[in-house]
Formats: sequence, C-alpha cells, structure tokens
Amino acid sequence: MSNLTATAEPTEQDSTWAARAFESLRHMRELPVLAALVVLIVVTYAVNPLFLSPQGVKDLMLNSTIVVILAVGQAMVIITRNVDLSIGSIVGLTAFLTGTLFSGNPDLPIAVVLVAGILLGGALGMFNGLLVTLAGVPALVITLGTLYIFRGLNNAWAGGTQYFADDRPQAFGNLSVQTVLGIPIITLIAVAVVLVAGLVMARTRPGRDLYAIGSDPDAAKLFGIPTTQRVLSAFVVNGMLAGLAGVLYASRFNSVGATTGTGIELDIVAAAVVGGVAIFGGSGSVVGAAFGAVLLTTITSALTAVRVDKFWQQAIVGVLILAAIIIDRLVAMRNERKLRAEAQR
Amino acid sequence: MSTIVSPEKKAARPRWQNALLSRDAVMVAILIATIITASAMLPRFASPLTVGFLLIDVIPVLLIAMPMTLVIIAGEIDLSVASTAGLTSALMGVLWQSGQSMVTIVVLGLIAGLLCGALNGLLVAGLGLPSLAVTIGTLALYRGLALVTIGDDAVADFPVEATSFVTSKIGATGIPVVMIGALLIVLAYAVVLHMTPFGRGLFALGFSTEAAKFVGVKVDRTKFWLFVGTGVVSALAGIFWTLRYSSARSDNASGLELAVVAAVLLGGVSIFGGRGTILGVVSAVLLIGTVNYGLRLERVSDVVLIIVTGALLIISVVGPRIAEGVATRWRGRRLRARVSPTSS
Repeated sequence: MSNLTATAEPTEQDSTWAARAFESLRHMRELPVLAALVVLIVVTYAVNPLFLSPQGVKDLMLNSTIVVILAVGQAMVIITRNVDLSIGSIVGLTAFLTGTLFSGNPDLPIAVVLVAGILLGGALGMFNGLLVTLAGVPALVITLGTLYIFRGLNNAWAGGTQYFADDRPQAFGNLSVQTVLGIPIITLIAVAVVLVAGLVMARTRPGRDLYAIGSDPDAAKLFGIPTTQRVLSAFVVNGMLAGLAGVLYASRFNSVGATTGTGIELDIVAAAVVGGVAIFGGSGSVVGAAFGAVLLTTITSALTAVRVDKFWQQAIVGVLILAAIIIDRLVAMRNERKLRAEAQR
Repeated sequence: MSTIVSPEKKAARPRWQNALLSRDAVMVAILIATIITASAMLPRFASPLTVGFLLIDVIPVLLIAMPMTLVIIAGEIDLSVASTAGLTSALMGVLWQSGQSMVTIVVLGLIAGLLCGALNGLLVAGLGLPSLAVTIGTLALYRGLALVTIGDDAVADFPVEATSFVTSKIGATGIPVVMIGALLIVLAYAVVLHMTPFGRGLFALGFSTEAAKFVGVKVDRTKFWLFVGTGVVSALAGIFWTLRYSSARSDNASGLELAVVAAVLLGGVSIFGGRGTILGVVSAVLLIGTVNYGLRLERVSDVVLIIVTGALLIISVVGPRIAEGVATRWRGRRLRARVSPTSS
C-alpha cells in the first residue's frame, strides 16, 4: 500500500475549458496504451515504410482480430472481479466444431455455423458462470478446472483428427481474405463487437452494474443489483465471444485440431491488463482492452519490420505488460494524492 | 465460510475426531484408497517400476508446489514459475556448450532463479502491484529471456553421469534418488509453514494484510522472500527437468504453472489465502500423479487425462461448498428444533 500521508499542496483551480478537456483526456485509462500504439506504429513506419503497405496493414488487422474479440469478453469478466482462464479451450472446441460441421456438410450456410459456435461458447461460458455464482468459488479456480476439462473434451473429440482449410467452403475462408474498404470482413466483425460491447458497458444499466459489482460486490448487492445474474451474463457473453473467435479462427487459420487455442488465456488477460483493465475489477474498459490486444499483436509485427531478432519479441511483450501495470499504479497513486489534496481544501 | 465454527460444535467433538474429519485427512484417505484400488485393479501397478516413474513424473510439480503453497496462503500467486524453470534450462544449455563445469552451471542456474524471484518480489512487495498481473508479465518476460538465451536450439549432450544420476533409483525400491532431495525441500517448507512464527505470519497475511501488519508481520519483507523462494525452487525444478530429459530448450516446462496451481488448490489451499497445509498439497500432487499414471496404464490417452485434473480441482472446491450448505441448513433446523420448545 502507498503511504496515505496527504502532503500535496492545494493546486490552482484555473480550469478553462481547454484545460478541463485536457484533464479529462488525461484521466482516460485508455490513453497510455493508445499513445504507445501510435508511437509504435509511427516509429516502425519511419524505420521501415513497408510496415504500412496495404498488405502490411491488412496483416496487422487480421492478426489482431481474434485477440481483440477475446480481450473484449475477458475485460467484461475481469471488470466484475472475476477471470476466465478457460477461453483458450473454448476457442479450441468451437474451432473444431466449425471444422467438423463443414467437413460433414460443406453446403451449410456460414451463418448457421457462426450461430452454432456462439451457442456452444455461450453454453460453456454458462457452465463456468453457474459454477462461479452458485457455488461461490473463485473464478480463477473454476475456470482453471474447466480449462483442463474443456481441453480434455476437445482432445477426446478430435483425437488425431485435424481439419484443414480445404475441408471448408471457399466462402468461409474468404471471410479472412476479402475486404470492405480495405478492412477484412472478420476484422469488421471484431470492430462491431468492440463498438457494441463498448456502448453496453459505458451507457447501459447492466454494463454499469458490472463495474459496481467489480468495485465492491457486497455494496452492489446491498444496492439491489442482481449480482448473480449479472456475473453469470458476463461469463455467458464472454463464452459467446470466445465461440465467435473460435469460428473465426477456423476461417483465418489453415488447420484446427486438438490443440487449437492452447495457452492463449494468459495472453488475453495480459492484453486486457495492458489496455488498462484493473486485474481486481471495477475499472477499465472493453475499448481499452481491445487497444491492448492490438498493441500486443502489433508489437510482434513491428519488431519483425524493424528487424529485431525474433527471439526478443516475447521478452519485450513481458516488459510491456510490466510497464502497463507500473504506469497504472503510478497514475492511481497520483490521482489519490490529488483527491486528498482537493478533499482538504 | 467454514472458518466460523460454532463454539458448541467445537467443544462437542474431541480433537482427534476433528483431525480425522479435516480436509487433509480426507485427501490422504482418498490418496490411499486410490493407490489400493489401482493396485488391486491394475496388474502392473504395484511394482517398483510404478513407484519410479510416478515419482519422477511428479517431482517438478511437487517441488514448485511447495513455495507456491506459501505464496498462495499469503494471498498472492506466482504464475512465472514455469518460465523461470524454462529460463534456467536455457541457461544451462548455453553454459554447458560454452564448456562450464556442471557445478558452475547449477549454481548459476539457481542464481538466475533467485534473480527472477527477486524481481517478482520487488514488483509485488516493493511497488505494491497485484501479483497476478505482475507474474503474468514476468511469465512472458522470463520465457522471452529463455528464447533470447538459447533461441531455437536444443542442447542435449549433457554428461551421462549427471543425467543418469537424476534418473537413478535407490536400490530395488524404485524410489528415485532425487526424491530424497525433494523430500528435504518438502520437509523444510512444512517446518517453515507450520512450525515457525514466519509461517504463522503467512496465514495472518493471507487472512488480512492490515491485521497482519498490526500483529507485527513485516508484510513487504515476507512477501519478497516468498517470491525469492519460488524463484529458486523453480530453478531447481528447471535443472531437474533439463537433466531428466537431457534436453535444454527454451520451451521446457511451459504450461507447468497452471498444473502447479491446480495441484495446490486441490490440496485445500484457499485461493484467497489464509488456509492450507503442506500435507494436503503433497497428497494432492501424489493423487493427480497416481490417477494419471493408473489411467495411462489402462491406455487412456494422455491428452484426455487432463479432464481428470480439471474435474478433481472443481469437485474439490465445489464439493465442500455443497456439503457446507447442507450442513448449515441441517444445523439451522436442529437449532430451531431446540429453540422452539423453550419458547413455547
């Protein structure tokens, strides 16, 4: 804990409009990650202009898509002071479901497969959510358990079977190839997810309730918020988004099998944290988490573009995560001091 | 919470009965029952060969589970352990190639682990950052450094004396020689946790940081040393891993962190901190090992086996909750039954 000795001097209160606008911008939790992303892109472009060639931009967007969708869902869960570690396994199961459906009946409409994947993901998310809310066991423990169970089911189901892009209809693979206004279709889906989730979290009652629950679960309950129902729905939505990501994974990548999506859970949590979502809930935004996801995926491409040895990439990602946490802490401490100074006046 | 035990219940039941009904006792009983069942049902199970393979398989998880138990009891978590082991492994490979002696390599490996743990400790205890987030960061960082150290290479030509020592058995018992060392570490951690003021401080810390501060626990220093402990023991596990498979690679032991956390939680350690025992955790590690080994003998595919780990973990936390709910309802009814005659 920080020393809560309020020694800061009362500050000047010349709050012109511009100053206030600047102030509110400075308080945006997404700002550091957005700034980092801009700096990263500008610097990389300066070193290697090919980085922002049409193909380069398209690759950046394609690489971010799935991570962004997962980070949005994860952020919603983390904001309620929970976490879902089973998403990698949910992605694996839904990606394999997609492969199975298409290989069985290639004429299946894409929409049907999308719905099937989202439903399966939602069901798995509901399983997590029910265990967490009804049994009252920490989400970290439950979803660590279901991480193994879902993966085991995936392994049992898939065995050694793998489905490749050839097993799927051309139109489905085209989702990750064709572009609208230069943006790949699956990326457009991700953008839509971010916008809708962002609006729900920022402007609607259920969305705000999630923040209240994450800030103080007991107070939220006393206040009359249906906490069980809200937390459950956060898990279901996260599961549905993981299901969507799984289907898109099958469109984006060549093969899906027993190990698809293994080990991505901590990357996704990291993306949310880098994007300013507090690990113990109550603050941050899904938009920030999406930026965090874009930053983490872009940095890999950027390092390749500026010819940094590929072996350094993961270490740099680690440093970035730590930097995000430290900056967040410093900002929080400064705000705390300032609030105390204001309270004293 | 289960910690609120009504006084009448406590007085009514003798101490030995409480001990027999404790979660640890249940874990040990389940472990013994599993071993007996497996021996009875699987013809090839009860043999020195089993003991050898089973124990050698569980050693990495068993080792890391010890410091992890203390960390989780103190209300923190360390997800960077497997990456620390991987970094140590990578370092060993590079040092061996550059012609260092085995002793130097082991010492440097342990120092690397110590530094990894110290960085975690500084960030968590020094800056007051949440350990869950910090160690996700260092998980990426240490694994990244492992990649930087050794790249895509794999070093496999470790001296036969070292690799065969790691897999050697004590006489005909099948018990690996390294198990003695592992046992010493288990004992050391058991003593520290259950028999020293430092250990008691950890429970206080996990229960309430504020309260622990008031009773004189040096919170920051304690947490720092806990993370140093996980770092060093993870390095040890990394060294064991490298020599056992005679292969130093950057991706050694990856994903092990969640297996360790799962075992510790199955062993009855509360994820919120403040509760847990070494005995419970050791039983849990052995239980997972036994079940997996037994099913593997029955040709259940390795990859499907992780369902068992997951199911055990969930049942172990959800089961007591349900039992607790039933017990509370039952106790309530009994209390009401006793209260109603007096009031009428």
